[in-house]
Amino acid sequence: MALLEVNDIHTYYGNIHALKGISLTVEKGEIVSLIGGNGAGKTTTLRTISGLITPRSGGVAFDGADISQYRAHQLVSKGIAMVPEGRGVFARLSVTENLNMGAYHRNDKDGIAEDLEKVFQIFPRLKERRTQVAGTLSGGEQQMLATGRALMSRPDLLLMDEPSMGLAPVLVEATFETIETINKEGTTILLVEQNAHMALQVADRGYVLQTGEIVLSNTAKELQRDPTVQKAYLGIE
Amino acid sequence: MSSQLDLRNTARVGLLAGVITLGVSAVGMLESFDKRDLIIGLLTLGQLLLFSAPFAAGFLVTRGEDKVDTGEAVVGGAVAGALTAVPLIALILLTLAAPNIRNSLVNVSPELISLLSLGASEIVGSLLLLVGMAVLGVAGAMFHVLPDAIRKPLISGLGWMLGFAILSEVSLNILRPILGRGLMRALFGTKGITPLLAAIIFVVAIGLTIWWSKGGQQRYEDRKAAMSEEQRKQSRRISIGVGIVSLLILPIILGTYLTEVVDNVGLFILMGLGLNIVVGFAGLLDLGYVAFFAIGAYVMGILTSQGDLGIAGMSFWLALPIAVGAAVLAGVTLGIPVLRMRGDYLAIVTLGFGEIIRVLATSDLLKPYIGGAQGILQIGKPTIFGFEMVKPIHFYYLILAGVGLAVFVASRLRDARLGRQWMALREDEDVAEAMGIHLVSTKLLAFGIGAAFSGLAGAIFSARLSSIFPHSFNLLISINVLSLIIVGGIGSLPGVVVGALVLVGLPELLREFAEYRMLLYGALLIAMMIARPEGLWPSPITKREFHAAEEEEALGGVQ
Ligand SMILES: Nc1ncnc2c1ncn2[C@@H]1O[C@H](COP(=O)(O)OP(=O)(O)OP(=O)(O)O)[C@@H](O)[C@H]1O
Ligand SMILES: [Mg+2]
Repeated sequence: MALLEVNDIHTYYGNIHALKGISLTVEKGEIVSLIGGNGAGKTTTLRTISGLITPRSGGVAFDGADISQYRAHQLVSKGIAMVPEGRGVFARLSVTENLNMGAYHRNDKDGIAEDLEKVFQIFPRLKERRTQVAGTLSGGEQQMLATGRALMSRPDLLLMDEPSMGLAPVLVEATFETIETINKEGTTILLVEQNAHMALQVADRGYVLQTGEIVLSNTAKELQRDPTVQKAYLGIE
Repeated sequence: MSSQLDLRNTARVGLLAGVITLGVSAVGMLESFDKRDLIIGLLTLGQLLLFSAPFAAGFLVTRGEDKVDTGEAVVGGAVAGALTAVPLIALILLTLAAPNIRNSLVNVSPELISLLSLGASEIVGSLLLLVGMAVLGVAGAMFHVLPDAIRKPLISGLGWMLGFAILSEVSLNILRPILGRGLMRALFGTKGITPLLAAIIFVVAIGLTIWWSKGGQQRYEDRKAAMSEEQRKQSRRISIGVGIVSLLILPIILGTYLTEVVDNVGLFILMGLGLNIVVGFAGLLDLGYVAFFAIGAYVMGILTSQGDLGIAGMSFWLALPIAVGAAVLAGVTLGIPVLRMRGDYLAIVTLGFGEIIRVLATSDLLKPYIGGAQGILQIGKPTIFGFEMVKPIHFYYLILAGVGLAVFVASRLRDARLGRQWMALREDEDVAEAMGIHLVSTKLLAFGIGAAFSGLAGAIFSARLSSIFPHSFNLLISINVLSLIIVGGIGSLPGVVVGALVLVGLPELLREFAEYRMLLYGALLIAMMIARPEGLWPSPITKREFHAAEEEEALGGVQ
């Protein structure tokens, strides 16, 4: 049984039919990449899974249970966390406060402290700057912070929306390295990216999204070799 | 490195201080403040106001300079002080040139002119004022030059003396039963303190400050550091105990009138604690907060009144949860339509809501039920074991219990999961949502709990006064409560108490100046926003936020 099973979901913004029957699965322990151009519906897919928008039809199953009608606040404690598009850190709070905020629904003090140490291990940079106000961090550091905060809820499934957006090439590479690290430590990841090249390199499998529909799905290796993907997303003629 | 004294800035500050003082004189404030003695025969409140202008100007001129040398301070202070006098001298001379100026400037009375010219004739007085203000300007400027060892004792001496003089009414009330009649006469006048007491306070405050800096503080800290964990806990318990006991005996010490003032402050603290949850914790700007106060008061009124409008003749205690419940219901009801609103829009809608409630209370539509402009009379008093609570001191304990409960609830909620959700909401609604925080319930709980405290305050208010009228529930209350939160420090619980004492308590003690209350209020808010925007007793986060820039510099320095 897959950890996440999305089955033919249709999501609307008013009259706009943003997702036209998306189906995908994520197995426990995998990294799955969802690639596609601007406005393809990648963010909408993540928002639907995390319960921020309710699909009009279709099913979402997490760990075997139907969650398509659940709202976001119910899903955090079930083990789904999201790193939102454009980072989104609490600009006026310190790094540590931001991280603790990620554990807002937890009451196990010891566990939280343990996870904080773990996050600092993954991102030593955050540890150095733990008292700094998040708004003054660099873009890359803010991305680390947003990721660290999501990890503080101890998720089984981590949804990441374009973590490499706006980062310098060196940082992009580092970002994907940490994604692999996090995955190795036992977190399943569904990754949305426009940077198809990197996204397919770290992923086990991938889906290609176009105007609200999945047009291709395969293992990441196969997708990298696929001529249409190469042409449209990898810039290889 | 010492920078060149900025002459333009000096001139600007001096003239500005002068123009402000001129304005204060022209509205009649200076003269009416002059009727209040601080130190009998030596200093009135009006004179203090007048003299603090050049002092402040001198102080501001040298503030912010890294290192000021004495020469510069003297010149800058003198110039700023003298310039402060210029607009005032112009006013004095104007009255000489145009004796009927009073027709257009009604407050420019002979008394004011005599106050400004320091009791001398116009020409001589003008010169005296010029010289005097220049000297005070120098004194203000020298504050930065003086070594700490002199400056600190001086500040504390002057501060305690003036503070004591301004609050002499309170001390008089407290000390009257302890001191004999003769001693009282020697120390206090009807309004203000005698030069003898002023001198005593000045000397004692200076002495204590010197003792403290010369080893007292060291010894105190050494003792504290030497304490074991157990002893430290013990000493904390003792100070909490002392605090509680002082709160319990406070009204006995204060006497009836001051207890009434404190009751008033307490009701505002209660409302402040509630609004602090909405605005301070959850970041939802609510300008119609008085509505819940009104609802609490009216429900209490209708349910317990023995008059025509009473419908149930309930006891206070039975009606209390209903009144609070009604306020909560109203809070949540208001919350639902404004769920999607932010910032300015939210403020405007809540403002409207507050007005709607007040208009409804005044309207003919509801007159048969809640009395319209005639209000509700004969509202029941609370009883405890057959004992009827009627006096301010009785209500003091009731309000104290309410405030205690509110502080407890607010501080527990702040540190609990809900508090963290509020904080996330306040900091960034979108991020909070993405983190899976349920915005609807988080907001509604803030509105509901905030309204509960206000409803509680309203219910007690109504029982305390026995009658309520719609005009008591105007916009000014909402503004007052919001201001006291801001002055105290937004999001800070002790800040609410400090803010209420300053904005509600102090004006009560300076009641004779009620006319200028709003003016002073405005001036205080402006001054606060410039000098101490984080509030008098800020929460750690607000404090850091306002000093983030300095911190960055500091960080940059070590890198
Ligand atoms: N709140 C909204 N209201 C109306 N339409 C929306 C809303 N959010 C997204 N859309 C529309 O839904 C479609 C999918 O948007 P989505 O944000 O999911 O794209 P995306 O794949 O994440 O794009 P990008 O790579 O640019 O982030 C777009 O056509 C967009 O205009
Ligand atoms: Mg997107």
